[in-house]
Amino acid sequence: MYAEQKTHLLKALAKNVRYDGRKALEYRPITVEYGVSGSAEGSARVKVGGTEVLAGVKMEIGKPYPDTPDQGNMMVNAELIPLSNPAFESGPPGQQATELARVVDRAIRESKAIDVKKLVILPGEKVWGVNIDIVTINDEGNLLDVSCLAAMAALKNTRLPKLNEDNAIDYDAEPTKEKLPLSREPVEITIIKVGDKFFVDPLSDEEKLIEGRLTVAITEKGTICAMQKGGTAPFSAEEIDKMVEIAQTLAPTLRKAL
Amino acid sequence: MTYAKRFDGRGMDELRPMSAKVGIIPRADGSAMFKIGKTVALCAVYGPRDLHPKFMQNPETGILRVNYNMMPFSGHGERVRPGGGRRSKEISMVIENALLPVLDLKEYPNSVVDVFIELPQTDAGTRCAGITAAAMALADAGLEMKDLVCAVAAGRCEDKIIVDLNYLEDSHEDGADVPVAVLPNSGKVTLLQMDGEVTREQIKEIIAKAKEACKKIYEVQKAALKEKFAR
Repeated sequence: MYAEQKTHLLKALAKNVRYDGRKALEYRPITVEYGVSGSAEGSARVKVGGTEVLAGVKMEIGKPYPDTPDQGNMMVNAELIPLSNPAFESGPPGQQATELARVVDRAIRESKAIDVKKLVILPGEKVWGVNIDIVTINDEGNLLDVSCLAAMAALKNTRLPKLNEDNAIDYDAEPTKEKLPLSREPVEITIIKVGDKFFVDPLSDEEKLIEGRLTVAITEKGTICAMQKGGTAPFSAEEIDKMVEIAQTLAPTLRKAL
Repeated sequence: MTYAKRFDGRGMDELRPMSAKVGIIPRADGSAMFKIGKTVALCAVYGPRDLHPKFMQNPETGILRVNYNMMPFSGHGERVRPGGGRRSKEISMVIENALLPVLDLKEYPNSVVDVFIELPQTDAGTRCAGITAAAMALADAGLEMKDLVCAVAAGRCEDKIIVDLNYLEDSHEDGADVPVAVLPNSGKVTLLQMDGEVTREQIKEIIAKAKEACKKIYEVQKAALKEKFAR
């Protein structure tokens, strides 16, 4: 399938141009808008070219997990809603949505982006839970990288809600000015492999041709905090090294948009 | 009790500030956003397209399928669990019934027109905002329509009849909430629900006031469609 398109793409990539005129390792323009949902404790809209993703944070009070009594909780959920792409269907999250949510979760969790030790209200009893929901609005490719940016932007926008005397959330009160304790700022870059060529930020038409991909989460120090290989094409060690290098080079550009 | 002044200071017949935009989701065949106060509805239309599962296909006509959904972070209070429940199923159904009278899908047998309504932030009146957005999105998709559809929740708060209830008024103990959808040109009502308690006189007044309010919503819809198409 798509044999002609693949030939066409590879010929173009040999000259370092894409369908939309970009270079292979160039992102589309990125815009970030904060506070787009008044019902959320934090929210953001991120557009990368035509792709648009919303992320919202809802805070809750819960019990800590037994193995981490001195830490708050966090969860990432993604909804690839049928509003955003004719191929998406209603219903419980499928493979793509689940992978996306888990890969974004790992970037945030493993980089310790949220200082979960500071989210304890009563040790072993009551902690803050950070629920991050990602919702796609218009899918023109590269939902994974865009979703990670949106999730980080929503976290940065979050203000803790007010608590009443019983340490429950008072939804009728104005939120406090207190921000989430954030210590790191991971971004995710997915490098696509088709033939022997690498490129980033694929359009929907380019996504159909993916043979292999590697998502790399990069902290502001340049270290790697999560990875996910996708697609069926095998990678050599040299190729993986090259892809990590691409991610490290591009990470500051993405982080600058936040 | 007398409701002398509305919680947000509006006049009894006054709608919250509105804005609308058509064509907000480029991937969709038609799309629109409608904002009224703090309630925002996004709508995308896909189709007419093949209908799956196949047993739902009707060889005599295309069908309309509405999916109403609140985003997990859109509620007043706790996170809304994704996936939808009884409430969103019922709302999707009554929205279908509210929109269908203006469409003629006989030319599209075995097909479906999918309408997806998503709420990123809410302050009551979501099904009405959804209908108002969906009517614009259907027009944007180029479907033949006999009329637009406008909707607003009217009702009673203590002794007063009011239009466009916000969350505080909607959840007020002594009152009633009456979502109404109106075809602006014929004045016919295509959605009517109510909960609370009212007299027969009051329900007449509520419907009359909802129809008046819908005229203002109709102007906002027309302006948004003209902004995209009248060039």
